[in-house]
Amino acid sequence: MSAHNNDASQALLEQVNQARAAGTPLQIRGGASKAFLGRQVAGVTLDTRDHRGIVNYDPTELVITARAGTPLGELSAALEAAGQMLACEPPHSDDGATLGGMVAAGLSGPRRPWAGSVRDYVLGTRVISGLGVHLRFGGEVMKNVAGYDLSRLMAGSFGCLGLITEVSLKVLPKPRCEAHIALHLDPQQALLKLAQWGQQPIPISAACHDGTVLRLRLEGGEGSVKAARERLGGEHFQASWWQDLNNRRLAFFADPRPLWRLSLPNNSAALELSGEQLLDWAGAQRWLKSSAPAETIRSAASRLGGHATCYSASDSPFQPLPGALLRYHQQLKQRLDPQGIFNPGRMYAQV
Amino acid sequence: MNILYDERVDGALPAVDKPALLQALQAQLPDLDILHAEEDLKPYECDGLSAYRCTPMLVVLPHTLAQVQGVLKLCFERKVPVVARGAGTGLSGGALPLAKGVLLVMARFNKILAIDPAARTARVQPGVRNLAISQAAAPFGLYYAPDPSSQIACSIGGNVAENAGGVHCLKYGLTVHNLLKLEILTVEGECLTLGADSLDAPGFDLLALFTGSEGMLGIITEVTVKLLPKPQVAKVLLAAFDSVAKAGRAVGDIIAAGIIPGGLEMMDNLAIRAAEDFIHAGYPVAAEAILLCELDGVEADVHDDCNRVRTLLEQAGATEVRQARDEVERVKFWAGRKNAFPAVGRISADYYCMDGTIPRRELPHVLQCIAALAHKYALRVANVFHAGDGNMHPLILFDANQPGELERAEAFGGEILELCVSVGGSITGEHGVGREKINQMCAQFSSDELTLFHAVKAAFDPHGLLNPGKNIPTLHRCAEFGALHVHAGQLPFPDLERF
Repeated sequence: MSAHNNDASQALLEQVNQARAAGTPLQIRGGASKAFLGRQVAGVTLDTRDHRGIVNYDPTELVITARAGTPLGELSAALEAAGQMLACEPPHSDDGATLGGMVAAGLSGPRRPWAGSVRDYVLGTRVISGLGVHLRFGGEVMKNVAGYDLSRLMAGSFGCLGLITEVSLKVLPKPRCEAHIALHLDPQQALLKLAQWGQQPIPISAACHDGTVLRLRLEGGEGSVKAARERLGGEHFQASWWQDLNNRRLAFFADPRPLWRLSLPNNSAALELSGEQLLDWAGAQRWLKSSAPAETIRSAASRLGGHATCYSASDSPFQPLPGALLRYHQQLKQRLDPQGIFNPGRMYAQV
Repeated sequence: MNILYDERVDGALPAVDKPALLQALQAQLPDLDILHAEEDLKPYECDGLSAYRCTPMLVVLPHTLAQVQGVLKLCFERKVPVVARGAGTGLSGGALPLAKGVLLVMARFNKILAIDPAARTARVQPGVRNLAISQAAAPFGLYYAPDPSSQIACSIGGNVAENAGGVHCLKYGLTVHNLLKLEILTVEGECLTLGADSLDAPGFDLLALFTGSEGMLGIITEVTVKLLPKPQVAKVLLAAFDSVAKAGRAVGDIIAAGIIPGGLEMMDNLAIRAAEDFIHAGYPVAAEAILLCELDGVEADVHDDCNRVRTLLEQAGATEVRQARDEVERVKFWAGRKNAFPAVGRISADYYCMDGTIPRRELPHVLQCIAALAHKYALRVANVFHAGDGNMHPLILFDANQPGELERAEAFGGEILELCVSVGGSITGEHGVGREKINQMCAQFSSDELTLFHAVKAAFDPHGLLNPGKNIPTLHRCAEFGALHVHAGQLPFPDLERF
């Protein structure tokens, strides 16, 4: 087998079973491109990158299946060649990000409010469980309601519930046409406009406001994109700007203060918090550079029905869970990973 | 095969003193409506899977959250099984009652609590009908996308419990893709919020886990759904083919051209003729297969895509391609498809509707196998297919009054589902496992996988009191069911690796 296509599942299974036998925790890693997110895990490193390669891809089925260690760059290139894409736009550049990490972290890009999240595109997974067996959930079909939806549960669980070894994702054709326009609007006007447009069939697929300028991406057929461009006006800008946003390379992110991600109902008013803000996802995701205390930021997000995640070093990066919900997280972890070997404490100290 | 709860293989249920439970419920919840007389319980003995019936011990019809909480706490203390029921339209027996259990009917929670057009959300109680949400959102130009065929009657709580689909799933997703937040009560009567008003929530994605969990992990008490702007236009093309294989290939051609239709449905000859006799939709009755392809969105795009699809259909060998001239004809084209089940009901005393999914490329092979099985069991089958997302609904025609026909239909259905598994598909795309497909779960999953499902269940319901016997079979049941099948030599493709 070539280096690009290698089934290392047996070695991964052995490493998991050794950890189970010895009772030593594992720190799971792929490309480590999202190592900054979440709590530090003390454990033996389990590297998924040898387990890689596309297992199955039939563009007419709109499904791709690949091993967890497959670099997202390789996956995207295969899709690109068939005119398809991961519609949830997981952030990745040449940072070695892998498919397993994409699903474990569950981070989605600018298209998320319109196209759905990483978990929305997960159709099936293979997982090495805390009982030391290699299992398969879901599959390569669009609709599948047999048993509990463990595949989607794995998305965003940061490796705490099992080791993802293979994933089947729904993929979509790339839009026929796109346009990128910038409009000068203040934040209140921008939010108002976005709420109005959201109720109309306008082909917006990304919307970001930096405090003075609202940037929109339009995607669809030639007719709808042209009509929307004519209606909305604005100035053209480069498509690559969205990659810089998605990979947090814009000047905004260079600010030395801690970075916070606030997930809010899309129509929440502008937040009164110290620091700089960048409004993404048409208002549903707000980036904040602020030295304000974590409690201040978190309570501001909670009041609006959302939550805040710290993207800078923190012992408590994720919003604490209410007591009852935390207890069910612990019970689920205890049942699926009885020895607590998978990334213990990565999300919460108690899980 | 009898699929009613069998304590021998499904696990012993606690013995419940009915008069004592009734007395305790009446004493603690004086305003709760409780049905306990035999004649009052009768209407609740089945859901949409009416071939299987079981009279529940008690039926409770709460109308407040406190009552639901009270029922759950009391049942938890006394170790009484609880089966939740919404509108009772489910096709897999997910709400089939237990003789030793309480049936918790959530139908009275039927209020739309809020429609927020700016946030594009609707917050509703679980007993609200699916279609009622879209009707309430219509004045704002919005709608709720998932549209199971029972949408005039089925309730959103049941839709969540079964992760219901419909004819527009390829483009708009299943129930799980259109939810933001659930309020649930645990088996102990504790309130949990899963998901959020924002697009994601901290912690594990329990919203996804609970969607489709068939009332096994908690009781849904409130649902917040996403609303979408109504597409500006929808147009439908009808294409006739002289072979099912050609129609199947045309579906792949449309997808390969980068077009995602709002709906893409296939019917075979028997289904076409039954629907035409019933609805007079103008279907070509001589065709071996028809495709209905609906394109929706902004007018200019839809116009272009219609032309592209027409060309693709013609190139794929369609004998005829018609575009609905106007909204009246579009509705008529769809009426034939949407009434395919009752139409088949007119040409057969009974029918048994299957719900397997397959990778689309396997369609010609699977249809060939189904035809061979129809011959083997001497039963007719009409095929209706959500072609866009690979979800088949073979309808097995039988007459329950003829001795042995029901049993033959069930055995035939079981083989179809195992066939779906063997080609890499699933035993259920949108109807759920419930009680109906409990044995086929043993073909879909290994004992290790089932063990993990039981572990998930135990994290939320360690005593197994919520809807026991549904969705996940015991290993004991699989051991017996598997042994039976090997003995009878019925398992198709035993040499194929299970996928």
